Amino acid sequence: MSKLKYALYTGCTAKESTPELLMSTMAIAKALDIELVVLDEASCCGASHLQDFDDQLSLTLNARNISYAEKHGLTMVTICNTCQLNTGMTKDRLDHDPKLKETINSKLNEVGLTYAGTSEVKHFLYALIDDLGVDAIAAKVTKPLTDMQIGAFYGCHNIRPGELHHKSNGGENAYAPTSLDRLILALGGKNVEYESKNKCCGFHVELQAPKTANKLSSTALADAIDNGAEAIVTPCPLCHLRMDTQQAHISQEAGRDLSIPILHMPQMVGLALGIEPAKLGLQHHVADVTFV
Amino acid sequence: MANVETKKMTFKVFRFNSETDYLPVYKNYTLDIAPGEVILDVLNRIKWEHDGSFSYRRSCRHGICGSCAVKVNGKATLACKDRVSDLVETFGEELVIEPQDETRAIKDMVIDKGTFWSKYNTVQPYLKATIDEAPQKENLVSPEQAEEIDEADYCIQCGNCYYSCPSVNANPDYLGPAALALTYRFNADVRDEGKTDRLDTVNQIGPGIWDCVKCFECAEACPKELDPIGKITKLHQQTFQEGMAADNVAVRHAVGFKPSIAKHGLLDEGELVRYSEGNIGVLKHVPVAIKMFKKGKIIMPWNMPKSKNMDEITKLIEIASTVKFKGK
Repeated sequence: MSKLKYALYTGCTAKESTPELLMSTMAIAKALDIELVVLDEASCCGASHLQDFDDQLSLTLNARNISYAEKHGLTMVTICNTCQLNTGMTKDRLDHDPKLKETINSKLNEVGLTYAGTSEVKHFLYALIDDLGVDAIAAKVTKPLTDMQIGAFYGCHNIRPGELHHKSNGGENAYAPTSLDRLILALGGKNVEYESKNKCCGFHVELQAPKTANKLSSTALADAIDNGAEAIVTPCPLCHLRMDTQQAHISQEAGRDLSIPILHMPQMVGLALGIEPAKLGLQHHVADVTFV
Repeated sequence: MANVETKKMTFKVFRFNSETDYLPVYKNYTLDIAPGEVILDVLNRIKWEHDGSFSYRRSCRHGICGSCAVKVNGKATLACKDRVSDLVETFGEELVIEPQDETRAIKDMVIDKGTFWSKYNTVQPYLKATIDEAPQKENLVSPEQAEEIDEADYCIQCGNCYYSCPSVNANPDYLGPAALALTYRFNADVRDEGKTDRLDTVNQIGPGIWDCVKCFECAEACPKELDPIGKITKLHQQTFQEGMAADNVAVRHAVGFKPSIAKHGLLDEGELVRYSEGNIGVLKHVPVAIKMFKKGKIIMPWNMPKSKNMDEITKLIEIASTVKFKGK
């Protein structure tokens, strides 16, 4: 197999509040011999909020981001579920609506860019699972996560709407996702079955509806813990922010201790590949991760 | 039926009678399932062949009446539409059939949809128009105008989106995806005159569009694929287009991305929280912010990273923006 190479759209969070996500992504890409070209020109995707205000602006900015992946002739990989949603949704709409594509391109042309529709957009999780394959990852494991009970938390925007993500996520079923569970098993860990694994963490209403947000995250944390999880792993930095940085607050609101380490997907892979925790950014977590 | 190859399957089914039972029980029913059989066939045969007291709603058998919605292994289904074989493909052979919301069960699959209907009625889900009683010509709607409704009138009121919505579950005031999709359906109707009224109702924090958690459960659950969350997004846009967006934390949260992108290309996370909450409201986030700062999770304004080729972003914001928000 020729070397895998992608254009990496980091999103904003990995450059700000979750530096450990970018560190661990780069670290495991190196260890797995995947080449990532960072798209430093890219802007914010609008995080599923900007389009509520101005749809055309959101489409234009996302199309610009994709056009830079196209310039490299590479598939764009995202490391945030919401980046994946917004970028994937923009691509889907422009690819299926020639008139809309023309309108957006008339804007991009003014800054010398064009959206062609030639680059695929997929989350790094699915680049690992579907392009590299769990067997290839398993073959590189040096410190298997033996006996570690891990709850996979998928995050909404990688799996729903199913029809949108169907091509980029290997046809993952939104009601019964398996990719992250398969990855845990490939790394030698034990995957925990729990109902909330494909549910919402509440991140997007944290400011305007904090009670809803707390109720959703406390339900998910409690469900994972009650089913025996010793850690939770997620491919989404927004779920991570919610469940890691707000964990103490969520516990307080729920009236029970919901302490549990929350790992980013690449951190979990990195640990099993024998990469030092400091290079995976575990020192940047708010919730305790000393189990490592 | 002689040539049809059937398969023996056991279904675990929620049984409950709110008049006599304290708790529900799950009973197993074994049936021979033929290819192509749907969940409604299973429900019918449980009633006809096993227990005549088994209760569920059903009527049209053609995906039109919305009566037979149930949950199978947590998946929102329309019993007359969802094939047993497809569900087996997703979940394996252990299928569990439950009402849409166990906590609202009256008897077996029959639930009390009272709150669903009362919220539905809140948004005036009907055409509000001054009708000329003696029209001189037809009231023409062009295909383009009709397209604006964007399949929102396909709703069969099955309630699958509503009972799948985590925000409804967490916040009893939230109107939910069905009522909001219907709000859009009439707001987008060129003949309608009730848009402002309806936007007033759905623009409130608590019951309205700003409490959507953006999980897309509704889009997944809808058997008519009418994408309720897409309609909620369009209602968000309508509030700005109509100049009705209130100056509150939810609205500023949507607007606040733009100034940040204009300045850095990227989102300044801290500044978005300040912009949304205001200078006083932001103080409640300080304790968590301090914890994050200690762990190297807060970027100070003077260290904010910037996208390369900012000139392109500045220009695109100038030429691609379509709405303004004046705020205070």
